[in-house]
Amino acid sequence: MSSTKMILGLFDDPDEMMHGIEKLQKNSVPIYDVYTPMPIHGIEDKLGIKESRLGYAAFCFGCLGGSVIFSIVYYTLVHDWPMNIGGKPHFAMPNFVPFTFEWTILWTAFGMVFTFFYATHLFPGRTPRVMDLRATDDRFVIAIDAKGNIPHDDITRILQEAGAVEVKHNDRKYVSYE
Amino acid sequence: MKTEYSFSERFEFAGKAKTWSLIGIVIGVLGILYGFFLDHGELGVQRTFSNLLLMGYYFACICIGAIFFLAYQYAAQAGWSVALLRIPQAFARVLPIAAVILVVVIAAGLLTTHKVIEDGKEAVAPYLYAHWATHGLTTPGSENFDAIIAGKSALLSFWPFIGMIVVLLGLYAIIGWMLVKYSESEDTTGGMTNYNKSFSAAVLFLVIFGFTYPIFAFDGIMSLEAHWFSTMFGWYNLAALHVTALCGITLILVLLHQSGNFGWISENHVHSLCKLIFGFSIFWTYVWFAQFFLTWYANMPEETAYFYKRWEPEYKWWFWLNIVLNFVAPLLLLMSRDAKRYFTRVKFTCILLLIGHWLDYYLMIMPGTMTPRDTAFPFGVEEITIFIGFAGLFTFLVLNALSKFKSLAPAKHPFLEESLHHHI
Repeated sequence: MSSTKMILGLFDDPDEMMHGIEKLQKNSVPIYDVYTPMPIHGIEDKLGIKESRLGYAAFCFGCLGGSVIFSIVYYTLVHDWPMNIGGKPHFAMPNFVPFTFEWTILWTAFGMVFTFFYATHLFPGRTPRVMDLRATDDRFVIAIDAKGNIPHDDITRILQEAGAVEVKHNDRKYVSYE
Repeated sequence: MKTEYSFSERFEFAGKAKTWSLIGIVIGVLGILYGFFLDHGELGVQRTFSNLLLMGYYFACICIGAIFFLAYQYAAQAGWSVALLRIPQAFARVLPIAAVILVVVIAAGLLTTHKVIEDGKEAVAPYLYAHWATHGLTTPGSENFDAIIAGKSALLSFWPFIGMIVVLLGLYAIIGWMLVKYSESEDTTGGMTNYNKSFSAAVLFLVIFGFTYPIFAFDGIMSLEAHWFSTMFGWYNLAALHVTALCGITLILVLLHQSGNFGWISENHVHSLCKLIFGFSIFWTYVWFAQFFLTWYANMPEETAYFYKRWEPEYKWWFWLNIVLNFVAPLLLLMSRDAKRYFTRVKFTCILLLIGHWLDYYLMIMPGTMTPRDTAFPFGVEEITIFIGFAGLFTFLVLNALSKFKSLAPAKHPFLEESLHHHI
């Protein structure tokens, strides 16, 4: 039993990497993930990645933000300490619109950022998890989980045939902790 | 993905679209004739003029909005929209006709007069813009003299008024024509010359349009109630114009795509257009509310008079329906990603918004022109027939203009490839 945990195919050209994905899929090799220095259009469809649910989080945070400020202002201005401002009724709906609108947007924005950080494990004190440092620079990396996969040499051969400039057999999943 | 397309095919305007748009025009003409000669209600002629102004303004604004779209796409050097630019270009080609119709309606409305009795005094008032164009309003010593209107007469009197509208519409139409012409000569010559010229024309348009459009809106619609004014009015109309133009472009694009033209258009292009529709519907609500909110908060009689009229029983429901149609509907119907890519939903929302903004214009115009009202129910035959007539005229002219283009995509535009691969 080899100690290899991840097999990484490093490409220097995005088109060749896309070709590599196709070849792996044709040979029924499951792909763990793909890391690229820039966004590549159409890669989600190719990898069959499920649509992001960030929008639902945004919607929930927006509703929450709107409700929270509405409650606070209702409590303070209508219930706890009603004031006469320009002879308007205490519960004057048009007054409530601007800050409800602002807080909805504010919480949507913050909520989306925090959800994204939480989902991607990006928060202060956490070392970013990177499989190959050059994936943030000039390498397009296909990562394959080595456990329970077909002979590793076959995977290496497929990657090299597709044009990988380098194939790594890593014993550790992430290199960034070293 | 198919990336090779033949751009040499032309759009052929025939069949059902042509028949139905011609039927629409006939209905509209019959409606106008009915309104002028057969509607013997107290306000028959008044109603016809008001509706002609409404639709003339709406029609011109949709075409101006399409030039605005063209201009900011060029100025932002946007690539995604190139494959569909022929549609706003067709709108731009129609603007001169729309402008002539609007100017004729305004001039006719100002020149045809009738006797009215206001506050017990008899006056000779025109059918449109009676609030400032009634005889004697600006003549010192006349029993109808109105100092506030007299103070505004430098802008609000026949020649300066018509002159301003003609000049502004002329400027917009000329730059629109330039943008279309550069794009067409680009098709034959290629290269970057025409693109650079389009860029300059687009920037010029944005500067002129940004500064002058509020004046156009103040003149065309706000001066119907000349005592009242709102500095938000220009932006409010700009938002309405932008949303309606985008809806027109999207609706025609989707319908033509489904009938076998524009094979290179995918749901990604429609998605991008719908994001703009969604965003600018929210923007419309923002300025609508800002105008309402400031008036409500300040609570000054000369300002609240405007909203007071719109809260009379015959308008109140329509006033709130306006917000439902133009804000709540697009908010809920177009919020999710899938909704923007689902053609049935997109078409439905576009039609809803086009009707919604008709109601928006209706609420800007009618309370100012249709007083006193003759019926509790605000809609007559004229509203529906003239709307159908202008919808038919618009469809006919735009599709006819589209069929004049040698190809349905600017084949030598430098960003065409980017647009064909647009993916979001």
